[in-house]
Amino acid sequence: MSVVFERPKSLLDVTFHYCPGCTHGIVHRLVAEVMDEMGIEGDTIGVCPVGCSVMAYDYFGCDMIEAPHGRAPAVATGVKRTNPDKFVFTYQGDGDLAAIGTAETVHVATRGENIVVIFINNTIYGMTGGQMAPTTLPGQVTQTTPFGRDPQLAGYPVRVCEMLSTLTGTAYAHRVAVDSVPHIRDAKKAIRKAFETQKAKKGFSIIEVLSTCPTNWGLTPTEALKRLQDEMIPYYPLGVYKDTTSEEGEK
Amino acid sequence: MAKMTVITERCKGCGLCATACPKKIVELQKEKRNKKGYFYAICTDDAACIGCAMCAMMCPDCAIKVEK
Amino acid sequence: MKGAVKALERNLMKGNEALAEAAIRAGCKCFFGYPITPQTELAAYMAKRMNKAGGVFLQAESEIAAINMVLGAASTGVRAMTSSSSPGLSLKSEGISYIAGSDVPAVIINVQRGGPGLGGIQPSQADYWQATKALGHGDFHLLVFAPASVQEMVDMVVRAFDKADEYRMPAMILADGLLGQMMEPVSFPEIKANCVDKSSWAADGHKGKRAHHIINSLYLKPDELEKSVSDRFARYDVIKSKETDAELYLTEDCDILLCAFGATARVVKSAVNEARAQGIKAGLFRPKTLWPFPVKEINEAAKSAKKLLSVEMSMGQMIDDIKLAINCSKPVEFYGRTGGVIPTPAEVLAEIKKVGGAE
Repeated sequence: MSVVFERPKSLLDVTFHYCPGCTHGIVHRLVAEVMDEMGIEGDTIGVCPVGCSVMAYDYFGCDMIEAPHGRAPAVATGVKRTNPDKFVFTYQGDGDLAAIGTAETVHVATRGENIVVIFINNTIYGMTGGQMAPTTLPGQVTQTTPFGRDPQLAGYPVRVCEMLSTLTGTAYAHRVAVDSVPHIRDAKKAIRKAFETQKAKKGFSIIEVLSTCPTNWGLTPTEALKRLQDEMIPYYPLGVYKDTTSEEGEK
Repeated sequence: MAKMTVITERCKGCGLCATACPKKIVELQKEKRNKKGYFYAICTDDAACIGCAMCAMMCPDCAIKVEK
Repeated sequence: MKGAVKALERNLMKGNEALAEAAIRAGCKCFFGYPITPQTELAAYMAKRMNKAGGVFLQAESEIAAINMVLGAASTGVRAMTSSSSPGLSLKSEGISYIAGSDVPAVIINVQRGGPGLGGIQPSQADYWQATKALGHGDFHLLVFAPASVQEMVDMVVRAFDKADEYRMPAMILADGLLGQMMEPVSFPEIKANCVDKSSWAADGHKGKRAHHIINSLYLKPDELEKSVSDRFARYDVIKSKETDAELYLTEDCDILLCAFGATARVVKSAVNEARAQGIKAGLFRPKTLWPFPVKEINEAAKSAKKLLSVEMSMGQMIDDIKLAINCSKPVEFYGRTGGVIPTPAEVLAEIKKVGGAE
């Protein structure tokens, strides 16, 4: 018998601190698998956010930098501009990327910064205990929307891939999910394509990953997957929002 | 001949592996806990395992190794 | 690049531009900035020169982004710099705290203007407290250099890069709008290339040859955070004993010791000269490092003085450090102008007479 599936080498042999059923672990693994397949772990610098995945620096085998809340795209810009031959990615949650770090997100995209952003959208702030995120769905109950998110009061959710795909600098914007094996396979392909886009110097890529937060949603891990499928995917449709990677030339 | 092995100390008993198994042979047993206190997943029928690795792909904790 | 360097020897330059040129010569490989008066010439000079010098110039979307770009670049071991003026420094304070907490070297320029709030665009020294006490949350310091001439803008930025690397911490040039805007003859010393080995910590890709490096300021266990802060403060003790610098002018026999830094010190020096001409034994203590404050040096300067007089372009900030440094052993008076008003030698001389230098 030969091994057909095991932990990728770029994911260090450390137990995640994430809650049972949290899909951060799946996305970490996919990023690490891509680093393994492309053989780039030693040439990659990752940038962590503030939020549940703040300690991702303990899990990825590549060099890691921990950024202030929302500033990962700016930190990654500093890394990439001075190390253009290295692979650079950020790993950010919805509060980090689409609330406090919106300016950094929009401008890293519009500059066409040749990096990969892995964006975890689980419609809630996990680390601080379940408050409203910029992506919280209308009607969703959180600690700070105890009667459900009322758009009249709290505004509407931000659709990040749609927004960033309007920017010329964005080369590749793709929304995926990790609720099922077929979707996980698609997510892996998208992440691989994003890193290949960086390798080909084609510009900015964002992979938005619809994810779960069973603990703060108050659901079991399997119920959480169902909510992702029934409520999140209809509001945040999966698919490629922009892809200019087949165009000639470097960016 | 295929085999899935749960690294029991990594398992947090979330049960996502069980939802992914096409043969319905992965489940959270309710007798043994690991050191962290989680009931961990097991394969109930090794002979029926086809080594598709869907359980491992769904596992958020990299707690499953699959051989074929 | 060498040609451009030679052509600039002994030139008449604006403070902001001279500082930028010196930074490039000191091996600064990237500049991230955001426009704000009165430091904008610095960024404009970088935009013109940096790419030709093989480095990176990038105008960021905000001061916040600029300082975080510095954090990213500096984390990979590259000499990185940003510059701004007072309101911009408030925005950068978050990133500066992270840079300090992550033990990353970086150079930050503050060409001060009047505050608080949007304040004004004329010279000020009202960010002394911010620079020396609390430029961000948490227990930390920056090295703070206070130039008083265009030549010192040059010399100190080179030193700031070297010391930032040596101690793995942020270093600041605390200038003001007067120094930034004025033109003076300046020469550029032969600057040796950066030779500090950063391979033990830089996050620049491990190439499969070492364990991964983590640049981080998060320590969730209190005893680990305490240790990290204590280790940093042990380094600060070394810095306090080795890195203080000050100019002592006519202090040996002075009755009244004037204390001033930066552009204000030049005004005060004129007043001291005039006082001496009128038979008043005045002297000048000018700190060149504001953190660490030159405690030993001011006590030496104040030996014969009966009184001290702090002159600042603020409502009185450095005066706190003066009192602490001499342990309140002598009276310390204050004269200041703020809001962008620059004190004149005549005003300072009048103040010297008023507080009793003539007795």
